[in-house]
Amino acid sequence: MFIDTNAYIGQWPFRTLPDASVDALLANYSHFGVERAWAGSFDGLFHKDVAAVNARLVEACATNDNYILQPFGTVNPTLPNWEEDFRRCVEDHAMQGIRLHPNYHGYLLDDDRFKALLQAAASHKLVVQLVTTMEDERMMHPLMQVPHVDVTPLADAIGDIDGLQLILLNAFRAVRGKAIDTLVATEKVGFDIAWLEGIAGIERVRSQIPVERLHFGSYTPFFYFQSSMLKLKESDLSTEELNAIQGGNAEALLA
Amino acid sequence: MEIWDGHCHISGFSGTPAERVGKSLEVADRMGVDKLCIYMGTSFQTEPTAAQLIEANGQVLEAVAAWPDRVFGWVYLSPAHLETSLAELERCVANGPMVAIKLWVAQNCDTPEVDAIVKRSTELKAPVFQHTWRKITGNLPGESMAVDLVRLARRHPDATLICGHTGGDWEQGIRAIQPIKNLYADLGGGDPTAGFTEMAVRELGAERVLFGSDIPGRSFGSQIAKVEGARITEAEKTLIFAQNLKRLLTPILELKGVAVG
Ligand SMILES: [Zn+2]
Repeated sequence: MFIDTNAYIGQWPFRTLPDASVDALLANYSHFGVERAWAGSFDGLFHKDVAAVNARLVEACATNDNYILQPFGTVNPTLPNWEEDFRRCVEDHAMQGIRLHPNYHGYLLDDDRFKALLQAAASHKLVVQLVTTMEDERMMHPLMQVPHVDVTPLADAIGDIDGLQLILLNAFRAVRGKAIDTLVATEKVGFDIAWLEGIAGIERVRSQIPVERLHFGSYTPFFYFQSSMLKLKESDLSTEELNAIQGGNAEALLA
Repeated sequence: MEIWDGHCHISGFSGTPAERVGKSLEVADRMGVDKLCIYMGTSFQTEPTAAQLIEANGQVLEAVAAWPDRVFGWVYLSPAHLETSLAELERCVANGPMVAIKLWVAQNCDTPEVDAIVKRSTELKAPVFQHTWRKITGNLPGESMAVDLVRLARRHPDATLICGHTGGDWEQGIRAIQPIKNLYADLGGGDPTAGFTEMAVRELGAERVLFGSDIPGRSFGSQIAKVEGARITEAEKTLIFAQNLKRLLTPILELKGVAVG
């Protein structure tokens, strides 16, 4: 199954993205044969009424009866009673995962609330997606310069959480070199390819990140969907590797 | 659809310059990229010495000699070493196979030294590519922005000038260069942010928009996506992918007796 692990619903506040409507997302997915897309909400970065954001996300995803769009709810552990948002993701919406934005929500990865949230997700077998970057730091609005997530405390934070399935989205702008090695060594962390750059990038990153920890993610509609599609073609991958990255690895996280 | 890539480097690989280009071409073939324009050497210096400029250009000449049908060399110059730069222009362009000029971040482009480089380049019918980026996190001391290039371009209405990365912060870059008809937008080297190419085509016309990848630091895929994924016409894509650059290079290629397909 072809799964896009990195999609968003809604509009980016600083630019009108051409393909931001649900119809446009679905048109791309049907054209390129994507069968599932794990979708978060741009609103989830900025709104405090997270319950409403998640309800709208579920509604947007339900507009298609092939279940292509799968809602990944926002949880902001700095908000009062965030546990109720989490409960609704699990019980009311039967979500398969959640998406976290620590930099936009203003907490560090050594925060106890973050750890409690990961623990809860692991015990309910939810995939956790942690987005380290939304925008090139050089291009941000002058009054909205949001630092990338510092993943330095992450390996320690997840060390004793059994069964955690974590994917870092858009990681490669800020997470490089030894930081990647440390996270790979935990055997709990995967990476999507949306921000993977460099000529034949997937081919090259294989020596550092095992293929079973790489996931197709497009970061559509912020990025042109074709970017990640073309990266698959750019690297010389075996059919097994291609299938794993295109969805096999993501599917295995849900099993 | 034919693709001419106006923005390639040979850093970030191992091997001789020719071997590095060979590796790039292997991937280019997978992606349907026909021609690569190559500039700067196997390692990058933000403030190259005169000797480093000469060395970098020597490496590009080696690569061009090995792959004459696939590669165009663009000469790397620095206004901080004007005399050497003008001599390199003669060696590599007037008397050599190179067809355009690359200026990076050693010195702001709105300066008399760059005037001298642009003047001679224009006599040689060679386009000048100037790196530009407007960084909210702060520019390098000599790093130009699109607005600096606009001031330079106003003094050289006959020159062909390429705004590298479309100013980095492309929404501001496109706005800045919009009135200057001899300024062209290089799409390469930034993120594949949706809407970039649509805005460039809307404001500049597709004739002023050029495909470039900035490999090997960037991926062919992420950069090709900016054109393939844009909501523009097929005819506009054809222009951006190859026809515009071909048109800009035709005068100098004809001077050199190179047939343009
Ligand atoms: Zn470059």
